[in-house]
Amino acid sequence: MSVGVIDPRDRGGPAQPLLSVTDLVKHFPIRKGFGEKKGRAVRAVDGVSFEALKGETLGIVGESGCGKSTTARLLMGLTERDSGDILFDGESVGGRALPWRSFRRQTQMVFQDSYASLNPRMTIEASISFGPRVNGIGAREAAERSRGLLARVGLEPKRFGGRYPHELSGGQRQRVNIARALALEPRLIVLDEAVSALDKSVEAQVLNLLLDLKQEFGLTYLFISHDLNVVRFICDRVMVMYLGRVAEIGPADTVLSRPSHPYTEALLASMPSLDPDRRTQEALLAGDPPNPIDPPPGCRFHPRCRIAEAVCAETEPPLDPVAPAHRAACLARQPNSGHSLSVARAA
Amino acid sequence: MLFYILKRLVYVTPVALGVSLVCFLLVHLAPGDPLSAVLPVDASQETIAEMRAAYGFDKPLPVQYAIWLWRVLHGDLGNSIATGRPVLSEVGRAVVNSLILASLATLIGFTFGTLFGFVAGYRRNSILDRLASMVSVFGVSVPHYWLGMVLVIVFSANLGWLPPTGAGPDGSGNWRPDFEHLRYIILPALTMSVIPMGIIARTVRALVGDILGQDFVEALRAKGLTEFGVFRHVVRNAAPTALAIMGLQLGYLLGGSILIETVFAWPGTGFLLNAAIFQRDLPLLQGSILVLAMFFVLLNLIVDVMQTALDPRIERA
Amino acid sequence: MAAPITAAAVTALAEGTPLPSVSPEAYVPSRGYWRHVGHKLSRDPVALAAAAVILLVVGVALFSPWITPMDPYKGSMLRRLRPIGDSTYWLGSDELGRDMLSRLMVGGRLSLFMGVTPVLIAFVVGSSLGILAGYAGGWINTILMRTIDVFFAFPSVLLAIALSGALGAGIFNAIVSLTCVFVPQIARVAESVTTQIRARDYVDAAKLSGASAFTIVRVQVLGNVLGPIFVYATSLISVSMILASGLSFLGLGVRPPEPEWGLMLNTLRTAIYVNPMVAALPGFAIFIVSISFNLFSDGLRSAMEIRQ
Repeated sequence: MSVGVIDPRDRGGPAQPLLSVTDLVKHFPIRKGFGEKKGRAVRAVDGVSFEALKGETLGIVGESGCGKSTTARLLMGLTERDSGDILFDGESVGGRALPWRSFRRQTQMVFQDSYASLNPRMTIEASISFGPRVNGIGAREAAERSRGLLARVGLEPKRFGGRYPHELSGGQRQRVNIARALALEPRLIVLDEAVSALDKSVEAQVLNLLLDLKQEFGLTYLFISHDLNVVRFICDRVMVMYLGRVAEIGPADTVLSRPSHPYTEALLASMPSLDPDRRTQEALLAGDPPNPIDPPPGCRFHPRCRIAEAVCAETEPPLDPVAPAHRAACLARQPNSGHSLSVARAA
Repeated sequence: MLFYILKRLVYVTPVALGVSLVCFLLVHLAPGDPLSAVLPVDASQETIAEMRAAYGFDKPLPVQYAIWLWRVLHGDLGNSIATGRPVLSEVGRAVVNSLILASLATLIGFTFGTLFGFVAGYRRNSILDRLASMVSVFGVSVPHYWLGMVLVIVFSANLGWLPPTGAGPDGSGNWRPDFEHLRYIILPALTMSVIPMGIIARTVRALVGDILGQDFVEALRAKGLTEFGVFRHVVRNAAPTALAIMGLQLGYLLGGSILIETVFAWPGTGFLLNAAIFQRDLPLLQGSILVLAMFFVLLNLIVDVMQTALDPRIERA
Repeated sequence: MAAPITAAAVTALAEGTPLPSVSPEAYVPSRGYWRHVGHKLSRDPVALAAAAVILLVVGVALFSPWITPMDPYKGSMLRRLRPIGDSTYWLGSDELGRDMLSRLMVGGRLSLFMGVTPVLIAFVVGSSLGILAGYAGGWINTILMRTIDVFFAFPSVLLAIALSGALGAGIFNAIVSLTCVFVPQIARVAESVTTQIRARDYVDAAKLSGASAFTIVRVQVLGNVLGPIFVYATSLISVSMILASGLSFLGLGVRPPEPEWGLMLNTLRTAIYVNPMVAALPGFAIFIVSISFNLFSDGLRSAMEIRQ
């Protein structure tokens, strides 16, 4: 149980958050073995709470297997959540006021694999107009919208509209995927590693396109990535996940320059730096993350943490504020937690 | 390994039950009263009712199934309507003959199939490869009952080298391993061997090609391993799959032998089935099909377990 | 093959705007998947020859009532079992003195019909079941696939003969039995292909656009699964032809005096000592058609293996 439950109304602020997630949980059951009494489960997402403000880009980072993609799929309803609440602009998603169908019209997703996310048997124009068509827009109008969007993402409709996915480059395909996401005029777009598979130069172009589109259509982005450089470039705020839980969340500048969680610190240190002097000598992040089937007790990061103490193996750290708008789940940063560093900070 | 066998057994049980259900329902699929073949045409209503009760046909289907299954589990497959003898003993005799024929055919098919497959896999796109792939297309395309006829025409009718039908001299009902009987088995076994030959050749060709194309073979050659060493390696890697396919083919041949056995009047299960169908001997039909299908299920299980035991790459979880 | 006009070019022409002048390599002609397949197939001589044989046999069988040189039913006890090359009976005569060529031409109708129909029905039924199981997943999948496993426990020849043996002889019963043999096989392939496609991101994207499951299957899934299932089905036609004629050969399919290759093979068995070449003819016809279907299916399979 996460103690740091965020109540959207408590946060105040001029606007209501666009997306507000409370205690999201998803355990994937593992098939019971012979003679095993109780089925075990992969705790992919284990009590995640956060919110995305209107018009911001919220980054979600972490190693593979930390639950960031599962979080995205839970938000979109592609995977059914075990428990937890998702509020979209104050209304409960999947509830009576906002059924999944209407929610999905306002929320779209761009996937990592640009090829797998386009039907190889459909022209890209048909792929883009599929969404509007199933939402009751006529064929002509849908095709027009499709061509307009192709032009907007930088692909000349006359040249590209009739092509098949395999006739495009990776960057072009990802532009098509973005156009498809825009076709339903969403307010929120989840970008699941959307630029990770692209070459560096193409990646920059697509990122700039995303920034422009955000301005133009007043979008909110949920930007999932493992690349901290990209996240630093595009995100307003960042959420760091570790083994299905939130380790730290706060403004991108602060989290990525002065992190409050040792895991974020380690992530940053393991990042390849172009400046040789800034390369760290010691490996701060040794080994693979522990198995999410049996996460370690207490703080899940403690077996790999360089400042772990006995208390870390016993107490689960709450996601508590460490600075304005900045929360971290680390006992060392929290007053009177019993961690040796905590007293010094609390004083 | 024991755990794996147990797991396979647990999985096979519902399949076996399903097979028994299909066999049971076969009789009820048949048009008309299942007793029509035994009852005299002018049987009175009382006689019919009496017979129905005696055979248990007056009870609801699920009850009939339960009773039938219970008997089957105790080795009682009922009596043949035509001969009055227990179905189990009739089928048992026939199965032995069929098994001998199918085993020999599988052996021939496997030997030549692997030979063709190896040659084709080693010499991709050569004349030999094309020849081997022609053999395998031929094997799966030829109507084997026709091939049987052609062989009879050539070797019995024209050349007179081999007998055209039967399992042995003087209409011998049981095959024995002596020279006279051997002459009778050659033609049907050759005919039958064409099917597994084609399939095994095709599989082995693909396997050998895949293995030779892998990096570790290059590495082995680079390390100075002789061609024979490489060959041994290929054999060891291709063997589990090839053997598994051979096992399955034996099952297919045993179950699918009816056409060939009819052509050669071979006293096996196919011949028995043929008789059962045309005499409308439903218990015999049901019993033979049940035995053959169960044999196939069992063979599948054995092949699965063997393949897992032989091939370390397959996970035993 | 002429360069196909792209959809974009069509749009441009329809709107009356000139095509943008771009360098040739930038203006890649856009080709749909099936065009690729057709193009590749048109360069495969073996597949083309096989297709030609199939077309020829189908054509002859279709038009046989009008083009047979003699009455296929009218026999003559005086002119039985004439050899191949006879001046009246070009391909000889059968055991009742009927013209073999005419009977083979007419016989192709029933043989083809009984071979192709079960696969056709099984293609529709099996694909539907398999796609349903694959797309729905969960308990629907479990129930359907476990039931199908039971049918896989029977070797196909045995299943066909068991069913038609129990149902009794006749064309309709033979087709029913063969359909029952092929439905599970096609359904299993359809299920596995659909399960793969269902996991693709574009299916997820379609879900996110709010499309119903039916629409997703119709628009996004079908086009991607029907191809592989179809190829598999074409490979079954050869087996089906052999089995169908096999049933007639056993006396479980077509009944005399109707000409059908399997049945003709059976009735001519007695003649193998008198006129072996004539006796073997119907089987040769089955073999030619069966191998043609196999070769065409192989060609189609390799033409469809396009890495896009």
